[in-house]
Amino acid sequence: MLIEVDNLAGGRAGLQLFDGLSFTLRPGEALRISGPNGTGKSTLLRILAGLTPAMGGAIRMPPETLLYTGHGDGLKSALSTRENLAFWAGLYGDASEHTLSHALERFDLTGLAERRIAELSAGQRRRASLARLALSARPLWFLDEPTTSLDPAQSARFEAILAAHLIAGGGAIIASHLEVAPCTAELDLSDYQARRALPDDLFAMEDIAVDAAPVQTRRGTL
Amino acid sequence: MIALVKRDLILALRAGGGFGLALAFYLILVSLVPLAVGPETGRLAEIAPGILWLGALLANLLSLDRIFQLDWEDGALEGLATAPLPLEGIALAKALAHWLSVGLPLAVLAPVLAVLLNLPGAAIPWLVAALVLGTPALSMIGTFGAALTVGVKRGGLLLSLLVLPLYVPSLIFGALTVARAATEQDPLPSLALVAGLSMASWAGLPFAAAGALRINLR
Repeated sequence: MLIEVDNLAGGRAGLQLFDGLSFTLRPGEALRISGPNGTGKSTLLRILAGLTPAMGGAIRMPPETLLYTGHGDGLKSALSTRENLAFWAGLYGDASEHTLSHALERFDLTGLAERRIAELSAGQRRRASLARLALSARPLWFLDEPTTSLDPAQSARFEAILAAHLIAGGGAIIASHLEVAPCTAELDLSDYQARRALPDDLFAMEDIAVDAAPVQTRRGTL
Repeated sequence: MIALVKRDLILALRAGGGFGLALAFYLILVSLVPLAVGPETGRLAEIAPGILWLGALLANLLSLDRIFQLDWEDGALEGLATAPLPLEGIALAKALAHWLSVGLPLAVLAPVLAVLLNLPGAAIPWLVAALVLGTPALSMIGTFGAALTVGVKRGGLLLSLLVLPLYVPSLIFGALTVARAATEQDPLPSLALVAGLSMASWAGLPFAAAGALRINLR
């Protein structure tokens, strides 16, 4: 068992987005979280990663399990790809040359190792950010839109890496609008929308709701 | 933890880092003082301890908002928060890197600037000692302030307001150490207080900074 989620409820900025969420993930399984914008995909990942507190329910996970990559790439533009990865490798406890070159090679970054991150394209940056996954032995990956700005060939490469990770007994929970081939299950968060006592016109507003302002409107009526 | 200190030091030294800024500010501030108050050596020597400490404190303040803000913006802070190193250790490493890249260079530069202000020679070793022992408190308090304001856009002003009152004890006793050494009194008691403030802040504030980070990461 990698993670067990029981009757989880969560949200952001005081607004509950989903509730009644339960699932378990065993080694070799990958779960894709889907759903329209604003249904709480990233929030769910942040709750599972322990960054945001849950509003209810329980998460059971062995310690030292998770590896989280969010929207931001966590890379310093003044440092080279290798220096960035060496930092994360040092933080995860294994900065050996072997681990580094292995990670660079798996994500097709060997040729870019000495280039500064500032000089890389968005897709190359995304790969450099994902290469962190190859630096840690932690089994459970939490990935937020991992294939954003990757070209089809690099997406396929990432899927192969993910598939190998699953075969090796790892697991992954991925928030993504796009299909990610190795995922064994899909969780549509719109099925778990928290029930809110709201007038119909505010529900209609949700379709165009993008960011903070509508959240405040809704919070005001709660 | 060493990896984090090392990365922050490299970042401080590379172009765009805050390393040169604090030193340049200190140099400019102190070298402008004789122009502002007049070149009378007796008066300069009298205000030198205060100016040298105040300048170091303000130079320190300049680079505080960089401690967590950049890591927050590029998502590295989330990676750090979920890494094997606890957030308390991250706060400690950040404060150490800040001290090594700002506080320590200021203490090294201070004797040169002390000559500009005609500080008596006997007081110069005490100035260096007070800065070496006192600036760790400034870095740690600043790290705590930076952790509190990390999510705030343009939080520099708020950060300064939060941090400055906490800087006051170090400033008073730091400047007092130098002033007493300059007037041939015993500077050791106030130096001990400066060192004590640093030790107390390093013992307690990493926990407060980690708590503030946890709240701001929500």
